[in-house]
Amino acid sequence: MSIETPTVASGAVHRSLKRTGPHWPSLIFQGLLAFSLLFTLLALLFLLVDVLNRGLPVFTERGMDFLTSPLSSDPTKAGVSQALWGTFWIGVITAVVAFPLGVATAIYLEEYAAGSRLTRIVDVNIRNLAGVPSIVYGLLGLAVFVGVFKALNIGNGRNVIAGGVTVAVLVLPIVIITAAEALRAVPIAIREAGYGVGASRWQVTRQLVLPAAFPGILTGIVLSLSRALGEAAPLILAGAVLGSYSSGGADLVGQLVGPYTALPIVVYRWTTLPQEEFRQLAAAGMIVLLVITFIANGLAIYLRNKYSRSW
Amino acid sequence: MADLPPTTDEPIIRLEDVSLFYSSFRAVRNISYPFRTNAITALIGPSGCGKSTLLRSINRMNDLVPGAYAEGRMLYHGEDLYGPGVDAVEVRRRIGMVFQKPNPFPKSIFDNVAFGPRVNGVKGDMADIVEASLRRASLWDDVKDKLKQSGMALSGGQQQRLCIARAIATEPEIILMDEPCSALDPRSTLLIEELMLELKQRYTIIIVTHNMQQAARASDETVFLTMGDDRAGYMVEAGVTSELFTNPKSQLTEDYVSGRFG
Repeated sequence: MSIETPTVASGAVHRSLKRTGPHWPSLIFQGLLAFSLLFTLLALLFLLVDVLNRGLPVFTERGMDFLTSPLSSDPTKAGVSQALWGTFWIGVITAVVAFPLGVATAIYLEEYAAGSRLTRIVDVNIRNLAGVPSIVYGLLGLAVFVGVFKALNIGNGRNVIAGGVTVAVLVLPIVIITAAEALRAVPIAIREAGYGVGASRWQVTRQLVLPAAFPGILTGIVLSLSRALGEAAPLILAGAVLGSYSSGGADLVGQLVGPYTALPIVVYRWTTLPQEEFRQLAAAGMIVLLVITFIANGLAIYLRNKYSRSW
Repeated sequence: MADLPPTTDEPIIRLEDVSLFYSSFRAVRNISYPFRTNAITALIGPSGCGKSTLLRSINRMNDLVPGAYAEGRMLYHGEDLYGPGVDAVEVRRRIGMVFQKPNPFPKSIFDNVAFGPRVNGVKGDMADIVEASLRRASLWDDVKDKLKQSGMALSGGQQQRLCIARAIATEPEIILMDEPCSALDPRSTLLIEELMLELKQRYTIIIVTHNMQQAARASDETVFLTMGDDRAGYMVEAGVTSELFTNPKSQLTEDYVSGRFG
């Protein structure tokens, strides 16, 4: 039995397949999308060019001196060394406080308590906490953490530990959410395979789920870190010094319990001063902050690519 | 491969009036069946009849589903798997599982097989255990030169044999297989079936399959489940495979095995 090839008038097929004209809705939609992208890019570019334009001369004139000088009322001498130290310590304290707590919370919510009503309520509330304005966390920092140090009679309580813990609490919800999402993205099949050969919950979590979720958790951690380093509002409330001051000493204790400030605060402070020179310093401070953020984000991308796996 | 476990008439798993629930929903009702030692028993039935639920309840894998619980008795060498004080982790070590989709760990081939013995604190030469397990899963010749490579780089059929090797490595008595060939091509499927026939010398195999030919070809006994009006799965008929396929007692069974429904 042979199969007959159906014969169709070739002209009809040709006509039916031919484009009848431009499809306007898709063109318009595509144009709108491209415009959105352009708008975002232009806004960023404008910001970047403006900051570089104003800030770069500070570096060409003073070089590293800007990074190593303390705060001063003389704009030709003022620098960000104290602010760099403050930002450094805030980063360290955030890493020490927020990351273990956040990742552990996420593991508990996803691997141990998943699916219960209480977990769902907690989950929704953590998401809400992530949206709470940062100034509110500043109030918390002032009331609780500064208060604790004050009660313990350590200086006036306004030190970088109180500030760092405040920022750590601020980014904690973000760490929890990103870590929980990374854990959730690990296929259930991997867990089942582990349980199937007689592994306990802890062994499955520790040896299978955590390594698989590691790139995602790491990305969340680094992104929260750059958020933490860029926060000004809560630190102003939690006792960072707005004006210039002399450091309580170069030793560790002096840095940790003495007066402190941080890069975003200094930038903010300088922009409020009347002299034009301080505007330039503010722009230079922004460049330092941007470089730190770019390095952190670059590190996040590098680590994610290095450890990422496909299923 | 000496010292085969003795084949006796004592069933290795005896279900006594087992019903399985997801919260208030009864997925499987009132199943009683003795699973024979060193035999391959196929669980067949239409989609949604609870055969996977039944299979996963045997090594308490369903414990991981919130709200899942069992009624009745599930006796393993006379010991109720759901009795007080029974540790699900210990149960799963003795009753291994191979899943529908090959799910090797994102680790090396060696570490995939060694994972089970390691988490169970097995002492001894891990290389020997890995080699023996891979040999029994007919995978050793394919992978002996690339044990350090990722298990996920293997083909689908090889991945599934790796998963079988991984299950064997903890020396279970029973291997549960949940449609192990549904994601595989016909050639890989045949390899797995041949492997099952070898494995039943040492292990008892319970397999869920949608494939009638597979059940007919590879199993010694067959349990046919279907879904009742209450959407709970129940056992229609069970027994020696050749008998059930050629001379079914129930019209439902005949319709299903001849492909008229399901």
